Amino acid sequence: MANEHLILSQVGIAFPTPNGPFTALENVNLKIEKGEFVSLIGHSGCGKSTVLNIVAGLYQATTGGVILDGKEVDEPGPDRAVVFQNHSLLPWLTARENVELAVKQVFKKSKSKAEMAEWVEHNLSLVHMEHAMHKRPDEISGGMKQRVGIARALAMEPKVLLMDEPFGALDALTRAHMQDSLIEIQARLNNTVIMITHDVDEAVLLSDRIVMMTNGPAATIGEILKVELPRPRNRVELANDPQYNHYRAEVLKFLYERQRHTEQKEPVESKKQDETNVTPIGKETVRAA
Amino acid sequence: MTTDTLKMLGSAPMRYFNKRFEGFREDFSNINLQELAKSIVIPCVAFSIFLLIWAAAASQVNTSLGKLPGPARVWEQAMVLVDEHNEERGKEQRFYERQEKRNALKLAEDPNAEVKIRTYTGKPTFFDQIWTSLVTVATGFFIASLFAIPIGIVCGLSPVLYQAFNPLIQIFKPVSPLAWLPIVTMIVSAVYVANDPMFEKSYLNSAITVTLCCIWPTIINTTVGVSNISKDLLNVSQVLRLGWWTRVTKIVLPSSIPMMFAGLRVSLGIGWMVLIAAEMLAQNPGLGKFVWDEFQNGSSNSLARIMVAVFAIGLVGFMLDRLMLQLQKKVSWDKNAVLR
Repeated sequence: MANEHLILSQVGIAFPTPNGPFTALENVNLKIEKGEFVSLIGHSGCGKSTVLNIVAGLYQATTGGVILDGKEVDEPGPDRAVVFQNHSLLPWLTARENVELAVKQVFKKSKSKAEMAEWVEHNLSLVHMEHAMHKRPDEISGGMKQRVGIARALAMEPKVLLMDEPFGALDALTRAHMQDSLIEIQARLNNTVIMITHDVDEAVLLSDRIVMMTNGPAATIGEILKVELPRPRNRVELANDPQYNHYRAEVLKFLYERQRHTEQKEPVESKKQDETNVTPIGKETVRAA
Repeated sequence: MTTDTLKMLGSAPMRYFNKRFEGFREDFSNINLQELAKSIVIPCVAFSIFLLIWAAAASQVNTSLGKLPGPARVWEQAMVLVDEHNEERGKEQRFYERQEKRNALKLAEDPNAEVKIRTYTGKPTFFDQIWTSLVTVATGFFIASLFAIPIGIVCGLSPVLYQAFNPLIQIFKPVSPLAWLPIVTMIVSAVYVANDPMFEKSYLNSAITVTLCCIWPTIINTTVGVSNISKDLLNVSQVLRLGWWTRVTKIVLPSSIPMMFAGLRVSLGIGWMVLIAAEMLAQNPGLGKFVWDEFQNGSSNSLARIMVAVFAIGLVGFMLDRLMLQLQKKVSWDKNAVLR
């Protein structure tokens, strides 16, 4: 690929446990182009979030590494802004102040006060939150909180936007609404995005590529599906689109046929480890299947 | 207000209220009565029963100072204390009036005459003593907070410091003010040697003893508040690469404020309780000294006057707690939390 923006090379991570190291991820290799929207999908506990946290710099890979624009990632930073699942807004600040905190931190040298104020408002209007920007998180709905969380991340002008199940905690209608908003924002800004999800429709609707992860322990990338649906995408029109349904079926097949009985095929040692480990991988997989 | 007058006012909110009121009038009045009973009648009945039992029991107990006073005698003494206060204030006022007159006469005879202005030195009244106690407890509490909050923050942020401080906190926390006071007294006498002291030693001794006893809950609660900051918020601060100072002021402090104020409230309660004992021994002219003096005095009214002090101490403590609760509500960002 000519435009290698973000490279994950041989990424693996092992967490120390009383019974020796527990390998959560192994041999994760992925190259992401600038402006690409990539979804990571897999069953709960398969290490999707761990991948995201390694890219964010919140976890350090045990083997391999992440390279962003030719530089190795070894600590968190605003060039890899994260949208957390439960919004993670500071509850004592208003929506505006939450975004402002990020903007002040990132642009304190390069922007004047007036420019920063304008930038804060610009980002809030991108997510359609300008009407409630003086409200605190506990005064607005879950969807609105997540909008502010996205505005905060966008306002950092990240090279890669990381989204950790951004709409997982929302009801179905709000989620659909938020996905449409994200499509609209993406059409305007064309960010590089890695999004974690376990919603198949969400993955197909939003992504350029869907990265499907195998079950842990020692999870890795199982398959990568390129989604070649024309943009802008419309959920209602796509509902009857054979191509769209084909992609959906592909992902579903991977998740519920190929990754279904993994834990029974696992070697005995890893299963033993599984039971004693704090990460409830085995159980979660059973529930998901 | 009748429904008609409400209609006449006719503003939108009034109309709305009116409509609601009509519909719910029945239940409304029922709820109101029930609420009223709960919030006023029940406590009043309970208090009356308490007074009756007290009155009955007190008359059975004979002490060397006569019969244990019942509610009536305590009330009588409370009024006496109010009268004594007013009388003392009258004396003070007359003293200053006399002094002014005398000085005016002197100045009229000779404009260059030196006039002496003396301050009135009457004995402190019961209300002066309450005020002294309040000032003393405020001083002790203020010093305690000044140390406790920073210590709590650093202990919450650093597990190493927490390990270092924790044994000390646990050992000193249960120590009685009566054990601290002799040590404090000796240290203050040794260290605070000024010819023209700004503060009375007794005041310093009491205040410092209060500090030593009420510093612990604030330290512990602040530590817990700081160390329980949500992992997500810490991740946010990492992604933003906030500096140490910004992290403490923007994330650590605000998120631990509810816990911190819960600790401050407990501290002030303990401080007020401890103060009375400290004042008794240190002879700080507050409520503790009042109780002690009355005990030593041993007149037939002494027990009743001490009981007045008991109620005064209780009421002031209750009001201090309410005050802290209001403050806690004001600074708490979590408006959904039920504070009581």
